[in-house]
Amino acid sequence: MRSSPTTLPEGCSGAALAARLLARLRTYGGPPVSLMEVCGTHTVAVARMGLRRLLPTGVRLRSGPGCPVCVTPVEVFDEALALAAEPGVILATYGDALRVPGSVGSLADVRARGADVRVVYGAAEALALARREPRREVVLLGLGFETTAPGVAWAVLQARREGLSNFTVLSAHKALMPALHVLLRDPELAVAGLLCPGHASMVLGSRAYAPLAQTYRVPCAVAGFEPEEVLLGLGCLLDQIARGEARVDNAYPSAVPADGNPTALRVLGQVFELTDSRWRGLGALPGSGYEVAPEYGAYDARRRFLAGRTFPGQEPAGCACAGVLRGRVEPADCPLFGDRCTPHSPVGACMVSSEGACGAQYRFREV
Amino acid sequence: MSAPVIDRAHGGGGVETRELVRQVFLARFGNPTLDRLDDAARVDVPATRLALTTDAFVVDPWSFPGGNLGDLAVCGTVNDLAMVGARPLVLTAGFILPEGFPVAGLEAIADAMARRAREAEVRIVAGDTKIVAPGCGPFVTTAGVGVVPEGVEITGSGARPGDAVLLTGDVGRHGVAVLSRREGIGFATDVVSDVAPVAGLVGALLEAGIAVHALRDPTRGGVAGALNEIAAQSAVELEVEEERVPVTPGVRSACALLGFDPLHVANEGCALVVLPAAEADRALALLRSFPQGRRACRIGSVAAGPPRLVARTVLGSRRVVEPPAGELLPRIC
Amino acid sequence: MCVAVPGEIVAVAPDGTGVVDFGGAQRTVSLALLDRSQVGDFVIVHAGFALHRIDPDEARETRELFRAILADDPT
Repeated sequence: MRSSPTTLPEGCSGAALAARLLARLRTYGGPPVSLMEVCGTHTVAVARMGLRRLLPTGVRLRSGPGCPVCVTPVEVFDEALALAAEPGVILATYGDALRVPGSVGSLADVRARGADVRVVYGAAEALALARREPRREVVLLGLGFETTAPGVAWAVLQARREGLSNFTVLSAHKALMPALHVLLRDPELAVAGLLCPGHASMVLGSRAYAPLAQTYRVPCAVAGFEPEEVLLGLGCLLDQIARGEARVDNAYPSAVPADGNPTALRVLGQVFELTDSRWRGLGALPGSGYEVAPEYGAYDARRRFLAGRTFPGQEPAGCACAGVLRGRVEPADCPLFGDRCTPHSPVGACMVSSEGACGAQYRFREV
Repeated sequence: MSAPVIDRAHGGGGVETRELVRQVFLARFGNPTLDRLDDAARVDVPATRLALTTDAFVVDPWSFPGGNLGDLAVCGTVNDLAMVGARPLVLTAGFILPEGFPVAGLEAIADAMARRAREAEVRIVAGDTKIVAPGCGPFVTTAGVGVVPEGVEITGSGARPGDAVLLTGDVGRHGVAVLSRREGIGFATDVVSDVAPVAGLVGALLEAGIAVHALRDPTRGGVAGALNEIAAQSAVELEVEEERVPVTPGVRSACALLGFDPLHVANEGCALVVLPAAEADRALALLRSFPQGRRACRIGSVAAGPPRLVARTVLGSRRVVEPPAGELLPRIC
Repeated sequence: MCVAVPGEIVAVAPDGTGVVDFGGAQRTVSLALLDRSQVGDFVIVHAGFALHRIDPDEARETRELFRAILADDPT
C-alpha cells in the first residue's frame, strides 16, 4: 500500500501550510476585487475549510457554474425520466444525478416506484451492465465537463468495437470554455481573477486558459483541492492582481499538464461534436454542449428513443438557481434558501447537488 | 448432490422446522432456557430497572469483511443496551430466510451469533424462523434485555455544557467494508468491519465510577448523525475538531475514492462518550487499556448554544455539520 | 467539479484496464485514455478512468515550493 508522491513536504502538516498561505493572502492591500471559482469541487473545498470569512477585506470569492449537475437543464432530467419509464430500459446514472428534480419527480422517485434506475461509478460500469443484460437497453445519463466526457466517448467506441447494440448515451455533457467566456465578459460580475478547475484541466491543459487571460486581461490560476492547494492558487491570483499581470499560473503542476491529455481530447472529438446547448443559469450558449456525432448515432439515446419528442422543462417557481449559477446571486439571497429549499427537501439543482453553490453553502454554513 | 438449502418446509412449524432449529441454532448457541423450545422464555432478573431494545438487521451483502449478519445481530443489540449503561442479559432472535438460502450460510450466521454471545456474556433465549420467497434476506430481528445499575443515568439528553466528547475507536470501517462487497461499487480493500460489542468498554467506565452523561454508537449516519442526535436531544451545541477524529488510511482512501465523508459512514464497534471534561483523561486512559479502545481519543466538547453540531475546520473557522440525509451514493462530482 | 483521486498502478491487464491502489483501496480502472501506463506509475483517476500520470519531478517541485513557503515568515 503506497500513496502517491505527495506534494506535502515531509514533517509538515497541511494545516500549518494552509495557515501560512492564508496569512500571506491576508496581507493583500489592493483594491476590492471579485474572484471566481468555476468548479464544484472547489466550491465544496472552500466551504468545508470555512474560508470565506477569513479572506482579506475587499476580496470576494464567487461560485460560478462549476457543478455539472447544476448546469444541466430540467429538460434533460425529464428526458432521463421518460427513458427510465420505458419497460425495456435500464437507466444508468452517476449518484450525483439521482435526486435532482425533473419537472415532476426525480430518478430516485421513479426508482422507488419500480423503474430500473442503476447508479454507476463511471461509463465503463455502464458498458459492463450492457454486456450483462443483452436483452435490455442500457442508457447512460452522461453529464459532466471535459473530465468525464472522454470516458463516455471511449465507452461508445468500445461498444462499437464489441458490436454491442444495447448501449446508448443520453448526452448532457458541457464544454467549459464557452461558459468562462460568458462569465468573464459580464460587466456585472467584473471577475478580477479566475480560479481554474484542477481536474478538468488534466484533460484541457493549463494553456487552454491563456486566451481568456489575454482576451479579457484577467489573471487565471489552476489550483488543486486540498486547503493548501486552493490557497496557493488564490495567492497566485492576488499576486498577479497586485502586479497588474494577467496570465495563467499553474499552481497544480503535479496534476495538470500544459497541453492536457491528447488521447482524451482526441477520443472526445471523435465521438462528440460541439453544438448549441442550454445551460441552467446561462441560457443557450453556442458550441457549448457535446452531442453524440451522427456517425455514432446508434449509441445516441436521443436519436434512438426520443426522436420527435420535445421536453420543455419547467424550472421550479421562485428558484434562483439561474442567478446563482451565473455568479450574480449569492445562495443566501435566494428567497427559498434554507427555508423551503434545503438539502433534505431541495427545490433546485444547486441545492440537490453536493457540489452546488447552495448545497455547499448550506451544508457547510459558517457559524 | 447439491448443498442443502432452506425451503418452505423449514417454515412450516413441523418436523423440518424443529430439525433446523436443533441442528443450526441449538447446536451453536443453545442453553438450558432456549433448549426447552417453549413459546416464551422465562428469565430470572434482579429486581431493578430493565433496559429493553429491539432491532432488525438487513445488511446487504449478509457476509462482509470482518463479519456477517450474525455478528451484527448480537453486537448491534448488545451495544444498544450498553448505550444506556445497561449490562446486557438476554437476547431473542427471529430469522426471516429466503427460500433457497444455503444452510451453510445460516450455519455461518449462527456460528457468529454464538461467538459474539459468548464474548458479550449474553444468552439467546428465544427465537423464531420464517421462510419467505427468494429475493430478499436473510434478515434477523432481535430484542434485547439488560439491567441498568443503580444510580446510572445515561441518556442522549444528558450532555451538558462543558462536557468532553470522546470516541472509543477509529471510524468508517464498517461502512467501507460492507460497501466494498456490494455489487456495482466493487473495490478491493483490506478494511475490515469494526463490528464488536462495546458493552465491556462501557462497563469498565461505569465500574470505575466515571460519571458518563451520554453514550451513542455511531451506526447508520455515522459520527455526524449520532452527534447531531445528541445535540438535539440535549439541546446543546457540540463542537468537534475535524482533524482529531481518528480515521485509518485505508478508510480515508476508500472514502476519497467514493466521495464519502468518513463522518457519515456507519460504524459497528465504537461509541461516543460524553462526560465531564475533568473525567476525560481518566476515561481515555481506561479505554486505551483495552485493545478495542486503543485508538480512543477526545474529539470535541459541549457548549451552551443552539442545538447543532459544529466543526472547527483546518483553518480554525467554525462551520455546521449537517446530519447526513438520503443514501450514501458514490459520486463522480 | 470532479472527484479525482491519485493512486499507484499495481497491475496492468492486456484489455486496457489496470488495478490501481488508492492508499489501500484497490479498484479496476480503465487505462484507455492514458498511453504507455505501467505498473508503478502514479495516476489520477476520475469516474473509473486514469486521466493523468503524475510526474515525480513536478511533485517534488511543489514540495520544494511549499517548504520554501513554510520557511519564509511573512512578518
